[in-house]
Amino acid sequence: MNIDSIKNGFVIDHIKAGKGMEIYRLLKLKKLSCPVAMIMNAQSFKMGKKDVIKIDSDINLNLDILGYVDPDITVNVIKDSVIVEKKKLELPEKMTDIIFCKNPRCISSTEQELSHVFTLADRGRRIYRCIYCDAEA
Amino acid sequence: MRHLIDILELSVNELDELISTACDIIENGEKYAHKCAGKKLATLFFEPSTRTRLSFEAAMYELGGNVLTMADAGSSSAAKGESVADTAKMISCYADIIAMRHPKEGAPLVAANNATIPVINAGDGGHHHPTQTLADLLTIHREKGRFNDLTIGLCGDLKFGRTVHSLIGAMTRYKHIKFVLISPEELRVPDYVKNIITDAGHEFIETTSLEESMPMLDILYMTRVQRERFFNEEEYLRLKDSYILNVEKLNNAKEDLVIMHPLPRVNEISVAVDNDKRACYFKQALYGKYMRMALILKLLGIK
Ligand SMILES: [Zn+2]
Repeated sequence: MNIDSIKNGFVIDHIKAGKGMEIYRLLKLKKLSCPVAMIMNAQSFKMGKKDVIKIDSDINLNLDILGYVDPDITVNVIKDSVIVEKKKLELPEKMTDIIFCKNPRCISSTEQELSHVFTLADRGRRIYRCIYCDAEA
Repeated sequence: MRHLIDILELSVNELDELISTACDIIENGEKYAHKCAGKKLATLFFEPSTRTRLSFEAAMYELGGNVLTMADAGSSSAAKGESVADTAKMISCYADIIAMRHPKEGAPLVAANNATIPVINAGDGGHHHPTQTLADLLTIHREKGRFNDLTIGLCGDLKFGRTVHSLIGAMTRYKHIKFVLISPEELRVPDYVKNIITDAGHEFIETTSLEESMPMLDILYMTRVQRERFFNEEEYLRLKDSYILNVEKLNNAKEDLVIMHPLPRVNEISVAVDNDKRACYFKQALYGKYMRMALILKLLGIK
């Protein structure tokens, strides 16, 4: 794979340097069989250093995860090697099974097959809370 | 279908309705004696809390209903590995309404999401206990006659005391409330609770002295300072007496002070105070039963 040219897929750009692996993990990119490129510490005019992820497949990309990690990330949608769309990211109101409650007193620590759900409690401070125990994410 | 998991799910109007129903029950009890005939309340207590369970059961009996109890739920279903979701689905087949106490935070919400009947949170760990707050609010209404223009002293363990946090949350929705937060340094109100007070435009004072705060208070809400909350025994012994309410400390209190406590009391209010007309904590338990009656009626949709 030539990492510069994606045919159909996504370029996730302007990721804060060092955050790339977290996104790789949260998006479960390890499970994909298509080519995925992780570029770390790339030069950026705006940011100094940045991470970039390229995915050469038209997967169902979870924008909520990206919005949660950093709504300033840029997502370019590539069709036939051209950028056809730049996705706007927002802080998701609700996240299901993306982050997990660490409170040992929370029912989610013992109840079988219970989804871990967090809702946005304070947009300004970017605080998410577990819907069961109110623990901060 | 409505549940009650967190006190703030009830609007101020709904609280007013519950309070007026409770007052009508107090004045015209016989009118309500058969309202819940043929209905069953299931009390599922996954940790022991005899007082709360008896209050719910007394409430249902006074409405003419029946009670199914799983007093040792913790040692039966959970011990066999049954999930809260399954327990809620199963009990929905037998009862009309559930009151659930559980040591895990959020367990009643899981039950509510799976039950086909209303679920009342009767306490989930250190998290919510909305029917205690209902009892507190009816006490304030009956004993002070108003929810606005009050100086409320909260004394004791303000860090871990969930009843204190819920009461603060509920009272910030009224006007001109001043909170006097009386606790040892180690057990101060958490910052997020202070934010709730200031965000709602109310004032608070933090102090370590119960005696100095006393003259300004309209309400004094006492809680227990537990030994295990302290880092060392010395600190505990040094501090514990300053947070015990006795007859002497009441000398410079207002004549119409209302003294509250969620009970059980251990030693934080001396028994001699019980004879003071300002002591309202046993009435508060009685008010709790009336509010639970009003709540059961509301959630069952019975007028
Ligand atoms: Zn949780």
